[in-house]
Amino acid sequence: MTELRGFYTLWLREVKRYLRDRVRIVSSFVTPLLWLVIFGTGVRLSLPYPGLNYQQYIFPGIIGQTLLFTSMFMGISVLWDREFGFMKEILVAPISRTWVFLGKMIGDSTDAVIQGIIVFVLGLLLGIKLNIFTFLELLPIMLLVTFGLVSIGLTLASFMGSLEGFGTIQSFINLPLFFLSGALFPLRGASIPNWLQIASRLNPLTYAVDALRNVILGGAWTPFQIQPLWMDLGIVGLFDLIMIIIGTWAFTRMK
Amino acid sequence: MTHIIETHQLTKAYNSLKAVDKLDITVESGEIFGLLGPNGAGKTTTISMLCTILKPTSGTATVNGFDIVKEAMQVRKSIGIVFQDPSVDDRMTGRENLLMHANLYGVPTSEQNNRINNVLKLVELEERADDLTRTYSGGMRRRLELARGLIHYPKVLFLDEPTIGLDPQTRDHVWKYVRELKEAHDITVVLTTHYMDEADRLSDRIAIMDYGKIIALDTSSKLKETLEGDVITVKADNLEALLSVITEKMGLQKAHMVDDALEITVQNGKSLLPRIVDMATQNKIYVESIRLREPNLEDVFLHYTGRTIRPDTTKELHGLAEARRRAAAR
Repeated sequence: MTELRGFYTLWLREVKRYLRDRVRIVSSFVTPLLWLVIFGTGVRLSLPYPGLNYQQYIFPGIIGQTLLFTSMFMGISVLWDREFGFMKEILVAPISRTWVFLGKMIGDSTDAVIQGIIVFVLGLLLGIKLNIFTFLELLPIMLLVTFGLVSIGLTLASFMGSLEGFGTIQSFINLPLFFLSGALFPLRGASIPNWLQIASRLNPLTYAVDALRNVILGGAWTPFQIQPLWMDLGIVGLFDLIMIIIGTWAFTRMK
Repeated sequence: MTHIIETHQLTKAYNSLKAVDKLDITVESGEIFGLLGPNGAGKTTTISMLCTILKPTSGTATVNGFDIVKEAMQVRKSIGIVFQDPSVDDRMTGRENLLMHANLYGVPTSEQNNRINNVLKLVELEERADDLTRTYSGGMRRRLELARGLIHYPKVLFLDEPTIGLDPQTRDHVWKYVRELKEAHDITVVLTTHYMDEADRLSDRIAIMDYGKIIALDTSSKLKETLEGDVITVKADNLEALLSVITEKMGLQKAHMVDDALEITVQNGKSLLPRIVDMATQNKIYVESIRLREPNLEDVFLHYTGRTIRPDTTKELHGLAEARRRAAAR
């Protein structure tokens, strides 16, 4: 019971801190908007997917990208907490590190999903066809996608001594994951070199993006999907589980 | 249980350096126990082990009857900590910080509001309770941390350099709170400090620590009694002559030259002052100034270590610069 309330309080803290950071929320509109408006309308990629225009194609990808970048960035909260001393308050509390990790991780995931919702709303404004059911179905899926990604960010940050170091490592991971996910362009078919296809297949974000397309594009995507939604979610869930175990371990050894 | 804290050969070593070296101390329930020593003496390392932040290299300790390694969770529930560096969440209000703490320590929901209001009143932060703590002064944050350390009714409150970097007025305040807390909540307080006056005014017993070891442990007055007595410092036009007068005619053997003055250690300084001046005049020595100093902890420290405990001002200044840099970075 104590552990659960500790978990809740740490979760609430992450969400409150995020919602109070106006600059971060406002700036979270900008990047996806640039991608959707400039990239999405400027690039005239001939897609091998009849019936879909490029903006429709990359919209789920941009949601995926937002979830990825935001989630990974959340690791910075560990570094801030250490820098400003609050980490000590958490680390000496009579609550197990598993719950500390879960509180922070799910709190940060919640923040990342809020960013995802913002992109979803942008999509509505840009005239992408969406409805409330899609939205309701999307929420738990976005949350599932962020768990593993936030866990990577938190794990990395728990090992890093400095903000600068974290920033560097982060971009080393973010960009390959992003480019290899099929968020911006298809990575399947005869014209794509084999090694690239394999790399893409090994990328957990590939399945996250496929899951988002399955939900957002619905029937229009079904003929081109990598695999059915439940299989996507299975892989993403497995990835989450592994990353959560690693993250919990990383927090247990943190001093 | 009378011994709220016991340590047995408690040691923390970093490679060959022993930060804490076979420490054996017992802290009585209900006392204010001061750990006094220069920076780097091992005070914070000792506290960190007792707070289960650091694991000892060897030796054991119990806090509130719980082993600091095997029963770390029980120890954590028994203690409150005010760290040397700030540790409040500056994006949260004072009240929110207290509420988070109450939840982390499992304070029953029904009691939370009551306890939070009580501690806020105690440290006089009621009016600012709903402001973000980033708008607080250093002293206010420190007070909030004191309040926070009490919400879960700890048996022992650890204060690591509680007044470092605070102005004299705020230090007085913090001392007052610490004494009030101890009285009101019947808790044991363990504090580390490198300020002599802080240890002297707050502590029931003081352990003087140097190079990871306790070199003296007693009440402040007993520690001072171990010194020979008062110190009289005389400046005169002919110090050599005065020295021989004092040692030979007055029979005061503990006299020696220090720079341009003569220092005499005596038992009854007050009554000796006029006699020294008289003797000097009789022997045609002109006394320029004479000063009596009753022993303080500084002398005690000097006595045991042969060094002064000079507070490391550079570190403190560095700490302040660090705080400003962080503030600017926000």
